[in-house]
Amino acid sequence: MASVTFSGVTKRFDDVVAVNALDLEVADGELLVLLGPSGCGKTTALRMVAGLEEVTDGDLAIGDLRVNDLAPKDRDVAMVFQSYALYPHMTVQRNIEFPLKRQGVAAAERSSRVLEAATTLGLDELLERKPGQLSGGQRQRVALARAIVRAPRVFLMDEPLSNLDATLRVQTRSDIVAIQRRLGTTTIYVTHDQVEAMTMGHRIAVMRNGALEQVASPTDLYDRPATAFVASFLGSPGMNLLAATGFTGHDGTPGLRAAGAELPWPDGFSRQPSGDVTLGFRPEAASLGSEGLDARIILVERLGAETHLICSLADGERVVVRQRDRQSSHQISDHVRIRIDTDQIHLFDAESGLRLGEGT
Amino acid sequence: MRRSLRESSLAYLLLLPALAIFGVFTFYPFLENFRLALYENPPFPGLPSHYVGLSQVGSVLGSTGFHQSLVSTFLFVIMVVPCGLLGGLALAVAAHQKLAGMSIYRTIFSSTVVSSVAVAAVVFGTLMDPVVGLLPWLGINPTPPILSNPTWALPAVALIAIWQFLGLSFIIMTAGLQSLPEEVLEAARLDGAGGWTMFWRITVPLLSPSLFFGVVVGTIYAFQSFGQIDILIGPQNAAFTHTNVLLYYVYNALSVQNNPGLAAVLSIVLFTILLVLTLVQFRFLERRVHYASD
Repeated sequence: MASVTFSGVTKRFDDVVAVNALDLEVADGELLVLLGPSGCGKTTALRMVAGLEEVTDGDLAIGDLRVNDLAPKDRDVAMVFQSYALYPHMTVQRNIEFPLKRQGVAAAERSSRVLEAATTLGLDELLERKPGQLSGGQRQRVALARAIVRAPRVFLMDEPLSNLDATLRVQTRSDIVAIQRRLGTTTIYVTHDQVEAMTMGHRIAVMRNGALEQVASPTDLYDRPATAFVASFLGSPGMNLLAATGFTGHDGTPGLRAAGAELPWPDGFSRQPSGDVTLGFRPEAASLGSEGLDARIILVERLGAETHLICSLADGERVVVRQRDRQSSHQISDHVRIRIDTDQIHLFDAESGLRLGEGT
Repeated sequence: MRRSLRESSLAYLLLLPALAIFGVFTFYPFLENFRLALYENPPFPGLPSHYVGLSQVGSVLGSTGFHQSLVSTFLFVIMVVPCGLLGGLALAVAAHQKLAGMSIYRTIFSSTVVSSVAVAAVVFGTLMDPVVGLLPWLGINPTPPILSNPTWALPAVALIAIWQFLGLSFIIMTAGLQSLPEEVLEAARLDGAGGWTMFWRITVPLLSPSLFFGVVVGTIYAFQSFGQIDILIGPQNAAFTHTNVLLYYVYNALSVQNNPGLAAVLSIVLFTILLVLTLVQFRFLERRVHYASD
């Protein structure tokens, strides 16, 4: 096992910068999730660790070893691909065995290790089948078995659950976490699914346009997003973001004006000289009441345990309100007032999107 | 009911031109061939043929000429198909490198598909010519000369067939290589497969649909080769009996010996061999083929 360190790692494809000066350290034994929308560079970053893409600039190290120029097979990393990438002409047994054979592991040890990996993943009954005779979930487990059988220093997983149906995805998610915790192998896991990221990672690195937005534990990321992008990307639905302006009242107390309503300036955020900020609040920090932002309900999503009210403010901006009340009586077109819990407000710079500094 | 009748008659009407062409040029000659096989032609032109039933089939199948032709045909196929396929695969692998100017090589490698057999035969015939050819210049000049030499005439015409098949084989293999699942190859690289293992354990098995298609198409192509032999060897040649492959035998029976009955029997034999071989290939080879959806 080993840490993985990106030091100013950049990847350019001709004129396109896929990963831009990435600085990131994945600790030994950690499961780090690379999260971001399509095209944010997360898969490219992962493929550079695998050695499937060359590093244009910067240093990439596994443990203490700089691996920029090392061939994929010499890096001692195992990868699980989105398509599983099983060898279609080999049985499950031979698929799992393939990396061991290439390492020159003796036959007896090979078969015991294959059996162990197969048993861990519940594949011991399927060893003689070929990938074409397996279901999607079983193929996925073969791909995992092929990775763990090698006992590599690092696991790399590229959206391994995205081809599974929803039920299987939830189950496999917890299986992967359990295996990773048990083996303690350093793992980099790429996904665009924030639920996967939140439930699996020790830490999550959120990427956007080839650059790192924030690295933090799932709860930190959710509670204290460093940028407006992270705030809106995490959470389902994401954080509500509104354009707001800071002002000073007649009595000298600072306040915030957004969508025609006035709120007290929240504690813990420094004042902005320009005045323009982005106001953020999670759907659960909003409730319907007798005062607050004027809005009209445009959609009611009843999810069983909770209800999402999608509302349109006077200026057309959309806000989602999460209600724990499953019997919500609200209907489309109802006029409502949205009250925001001021303790749960986040403020970001309107220009840069960065979280406003702590302090007064 | 009425509507469906109208629709189906329209369908048949639209099918009619295709059916007519197939009927006249394929189905009718195919069936007529079976009738011709039952009639024997006297050795002199102009005399009427007479019905002999299946006895002609027996005498043709038992003749030395037929046996020799069968041996030549199979030797020819065994030379052409593996060499053509492996050559095409080697060229395709070479041209699969991501290097500048590769499209020029691709064009060159696939160009034998569009070159005519007559041109190819004349060019190769010149190269093999005992006086002005390239091979004598290189010191390869057997006696009798290559194209009338009982040992070398068949390999020589097979070489031309291989050269002509290379283009198609190259195209089939290139298409196969380009559709290989990239992630499987990457997985193999990460699993520690070096160049040789990668090629034999991963690439070739993944290419099996293309290889299988190549074997079927190549076999049919080789059985139907004819032009090179007609142009370079011909019935007057000393090496003729060693290069008289089945299709040329059919042609010769009809146009030189003026014997439609013999030609019909031979073409039925050729048809049967191709049918059986193709079925055998599908039955046994296809089991070893792994399609991408697997």
